[in-house]
Amino acid sequence: MRHPRRAIRSITVSALAAMFALIPAASAFACGGLVTPNGTVNLLRTTTLAAYHRGVEHYVTQFSFAGADATEVGSIVPLPGVPTDVIKGGDWTLQRLIIETELKRNDGLLLQAAALSSAEDATVLFETQIDALDITVLEGGSVAVGNWAREHGFFLPPDAPEVLEFYASRSPIFMAVRFNVERADDQGVQEAQGTPVHVVIPTPNPWVPLRILGLGRKAGEIVQADVYLLTDRRPATLPVAQRSNGDLSQPGIVQELSEPASASLMTDLRSDRGMKWMPNSGMWLTHLRINTPAEELTHDLAIDASGYDQPDPIAAGFVVPLPDPGVQPIVWATLATGVLLVLVGAAARRRVMSTQAI
Amino acid sequence: MRWRTVVLAGALTLGSTACGTAAADPGVRTIHIRIHYSAFDPEMIAARPGETIRFVLENTDPIDHEFIVGDETVQLIHEEGTEAHHAPRPGEISVPAGETHVTTYTFPAGRGALIFGCHLPGHYDYGMRGTIQVR
Repeated sequence: MRHPRRAIRSITVSALAAMFALIPAASAFACGGLVTPNGTVNLLRTTTLAAYHRGVEHYVTQFSFAGADATEVGSIVPLPGVPTDVIKGGDWTLQRLIIETELKRNDGLLLQAAALSSAEDATVLFETQIDALDITVLEGGSVAVGNWAREHGFFLPPDAPEVLEFYASRSPIFMAVRFNVERADDQGVQEAQGTPVHVVIPTPNPWVPLRILGLGRKAGEIVQADVYLLTDRRPATLPVAQRSNGDLSQPGIVQELSEPASASLMTDLRSDRGMKWMPNSGMWLTHLRINTPAEELTHDLAIDASGYDQPDPIAAGFVVPLPDPGVQPIVWATLATGVLLVLVGAAARRRVMSTQAI
Repeated sequence: MRWRTVVLAGALTLGSTACGTAAADPGVRTIHIRIHYSAFDPEMIAARPGETIRFVLENTDPIDHEFIVGDETVQLIHEEGTEAHHAPRPGEISVPAGETHVTTYTFPAGRGALIFGCHLPGHYDYGMRGTIQVR
């Protein structure tokens, strides 16, 4: 870890289904304007659970099959650290969270300042398959990851270089996901059928990527997403979420719910696949609704659930992390020059003093 | 659509020199254009009527781009066109990710403004364009 962080902080939550549609190059590359029906980024509302407990982030999101005709729409998710496991998510976790918050409504997320922006090849950390999904976890700078995506048949929209750099400057870990159409066909996956994916990421400093949700979208296009946070304490966020006024069209990052997770919710979630990590009780549930024009979504969501209420501006993407000292020879050169000047000054002073003594 | 592109581009570039990666002619001005984050730098260029300029396009992005010089009609044709890649011809060139390519273009004798842009899907709308003032 190259970023000094408060060791005490047990921060919260993290990475959201920050996915962007990537379209096979073969169908989308054209002189201009020849965008196939699947060549436009058309994300539906995304739902994600970003939970943080005992230094491990559990990130659950769902990838929906766009159909064989739409071919392999894929996604890339920036991650705050190297995952130890990527497994099939539970069958009802996301749905149960929706039910929980909808009921309430009716009643009344390891910063790794990698700075790997060079064009060196991306490193494939591991690959796995979940149902019809091909999943690859990559480590690399923005150019390297962009090159990998392009070379593997994805079409990156024009804002991808800047957005990838925005993430790679903080964490060089990305997860590329795409449906294998043949396998989807063999398995009888229907159009719009979702496959939940659960990513386990040990990290001292998780964050929720929001900016990437606007990737490939026009400036005024509205980005909508539901982010559920489960944390050991009530989290503080940056930017600060607005209180809900009850209007679903309320713009911005809106806090729909913030309260101790109910016993029934905890029980239901714990009984789902891959959710045994949850404690029996004592977690805090937050539901945030994102409803923001893409041009305004230039940041992520920093969360601090340590009780210190100090969400990190770097984690939110408001501050660019300092580059790795290893790539800053000018700093060392400046220090060396300073030391040299001091030595020369000391030597000169000694010479003057010795002259005076004579 | 393609024949219109070829005919119009050919008409507008009459008198242009060949393009490619040939060494610079000492009598030809060279302008280096960096492509970064899907934007051209510089975005404003001045040329004299009839001047030949050698454009060196450096694409630092991990995605492909292209460089098309012409008036609004040319830009529109390319925006609606179907060429995945442009064979090198004066004022029209594809610049693959991470590569540097050269095209040489001779401007028409008349004064006016031309545009250079990229017409890969979404790029022109994203703002990937610049202006050449011929005066």
